[in-house]
Amino acid sequence: MSEGHSTYTPKTGLGRWFDARMPLPRLVYDSFIAYPVPRNLNYMWTFGGILSIMLVSQILTGIVLAMHYTSDTALAFDSVEKIMRDVNSGWLLRYLHSNGASFFFVAVYIHIFRGLFYGSYKAPRELLWILGCIIYLLMMATGFMGYVLPWGQMSFWGATVITGFFSAIPLVGNWIQELLLGGFAVDNPTLNRFFALHYLLPFMIAGVVVLHVWALHVVGQSNPTGIEVKSKTDTVAFTPYATIKDAFGMIVFLFFFAYFVFYLPNYLGHPDNYTVANPLKTPAHIVPEWYFLPFYAILRAITFNIGPINSKLGGVLCMFGAIAMLFLVPWLDTSKVRSAVYRPWYKLFFWLFVADAILLGWLGSQPAEGSYVFMAQMATLFYFAFFLVVMPVLGLIETPRRLPNSITEAVLEKKNKGAGGHPAGAVSAPETKG
Amino acid sequence: MKKILTALALLGLVVAGTAAIAAEEEHNAAAPTHFPINEPKEMSWSFAGPFGTYDKAQLQRGLKVYKEVCSACHSMNLVAFRTLEGLGYSEAQIKTLAAEYTIHDGPNDAGDMFDRPGKPSDHFPSPFPNEQAAASANGGAAPPDMSLLAKARGVERGFPRFIFDIFTQYAQGGPDYIHSLLTGYDQTPPAGMVIPEGTHYNPYFLSGVSLKMPKPLSDGQVTYDDGSPQTVDQYSRDVSAFLMWAAEPHLEERKKTGFRVLVFLLLFGALVYLTKRKVWAEVAH
Repeated sequence: MSEGHSTYTPKTGLGRWFDARMPLPRLVYDSFIAYPVPRNLNYMWTFGGILSIMLVSQILTGIVLAMHYTSDTALAFDSVEKIMRDVNSGWLLRYLHSNGASFFFVAVYIHIFRGLFYGSYKAPRELLWILGCIIYLLMMATGFMGYVLPWGQMSFWGATVITGFFSAIPLVGNWIQELLLGGFAVDNPTLNRFFALHYLLPFMIAGVVVLHVWALHVVGQSNPTGIEVKSKTDTVAFTPYATIKDAFGMIVFLFFFAYFVFYLPNYLGHPDNYTVANPLKTPAHIVPEWYFLPFYAILRAITFNIGPINSKLGGVLCMFGAIAMLFLVPWLDTSKVRSAVYRPWYKLFFWLFVADAILLGWLGSQPAEGSYVFMAQMATLFYFAFFLVVMPVLGLIETPRRLPNSITEAVLEKKNKGAGGHPAGAVSAPETKG
Repeated sequence: MKKILTALALLGLVVAGTAAIAAEEEHNAAAPTHFPINEPKEMSWSFAGPFGTYDKAQLQRGLKVYKEVCSACHSMNLVAFRTLEGLGYSEAQIKTLAAEYTIHDGPNDAGDMFDRPGKPSDHFPSPFPNEQAAASANGGAAPPDMSLLAKARGVERGFPRFIFDIFTQYAQGGPDYIHSLLTGYDQTPPAGMVIPEGTHYNPYFLSGVSLKMPKPLSDGQVTYDDGSPQTVDQYSRDVSAFLMWAAEPHLEERKKTGFRVLVFLLLFGALVYLTKRKVWAEVAH
């Protein structure tokens, strides 16, 4: 948190000269060295840093891939294969980039669920949360367009299905769809504009990330207790404490990422995308990338008309509504207590919600037939009920557990408890301390 | 609150129940609704696992099968002769091999198209001049290009196997499928099953009861000079392995690099973890 003016003066003469003209050294010092972070942050708080290295990695690999890629329907597929076969380390760049997108989403989902669990969206962090939601939305657009670029069967048919959603919107739907496609069907103009936008959007993401981090540095980080920082003893300096912990979190994350890149590079993709796009041949099942599957399940769960809204529009509305819910979370949750640690009922429903999201993801990968449809409808119902019923109602009727008075008190309580349990508690259970 | 939970639990049971019923839906052998009818057989491949490498002798045999059988109908556009170094051939051998092919090239200075012997930089030529010709010669559908076939085919693994696959590093769905398909002919379809005319029953085929391609391999069809058995099963294994190489020529390099990267991350991670412990030792958190 920035408390008044910085008192930092660079140590070297050159640093002071620079700082007097443009206080960049001061900004870096205040943001990444002296910045106070709550001392009780666990490893769930390392995902912000992980996400930023994933963004940088995607941009770097992406720029090099763009040097070899050709966004022409006749050449795109072969240009990707040229990268895989002939470009030096091209296979590595391309697998890093395609799996990087997946792991970017793994990290963002953990980051979002962490926010939901610890109530990180509550005042004064509503804007911080909404900026995060905007980043997520931009990521989805980027990921979707990126999947179209290799011009495989799933690229083509995924693009056809997803842009088809927009035609369900009354009055302007067809116009929006044609604008997206640059014509009446997915074709060369579509591929070209998707490539241009796929190159542009990551820089927009980077811009919103700057705002996200700026807002974070104004309101400060939340923490597992959800209690605001009250005194200096509640915090530690960003460097070395948070830096070293973030570094360890990143390395563990990169380990899992590397495991997929080098040993299972096509596990998260679809075999059909290794067949060049063919507008005359529809694949048996059109499935989007795994990170869209829960929303795809919600889209297909609406098989009935509601009054004037037909099932297609209803599905599209529910799908976009499912994402819109996230934007409203700061005002849907009525509880005065932030963290689920002190909210036994919310904690239970939170985990049910996680299970529900995973179930929806699995249903999204299955054909929409038979009992899957009913299951998807029930799971969709719970998805919306979690936001629209559980969140507002629980806050009013739930009795939270006793809150500690401060972060320091919570930390010391835990330490004493740990010391009572096992004499060397401080070192014997590092994983529980985070 | 308890009521809500009971209701939720009941709902869960209902959902699980319907799912179970759906799974047990009557199974009509003569009119199957899900393909393939039989799952691919999981074979043991030299290139599986974290230290997998291609068996070069097997790849060379697979290339022979491709050259003498598959290439009559299937192109392999993305593979250049020069990359056959990966099969253990020398530069001179590749030159000779490429020269066996005739490449349609041009125009020359006089503006004429001409035929010339292949060079290492050429790709495998297609058996048909264009896709339309390939389709019309093969009953309406062009035989798929084989460059990426081993990555472009795969049968869905289903829950919970797709979870186990992460730990076993199962990434051989393509070659398993190709091998099963090639060895899956010659079976009698169940009584009452309608096999469309001009197609051939194969219970391993991914998208129907039968496919247009007739049984391509028979025992003794390709002569091996290294003493390997000249059986359909062996041909199928060899050509599947070869197609995996064609689809993923950098597999060995990938796995080798991966091992180094993971070992580095493990050691680096351990050091950073110890540093983290030291930094935080004095601070309760």
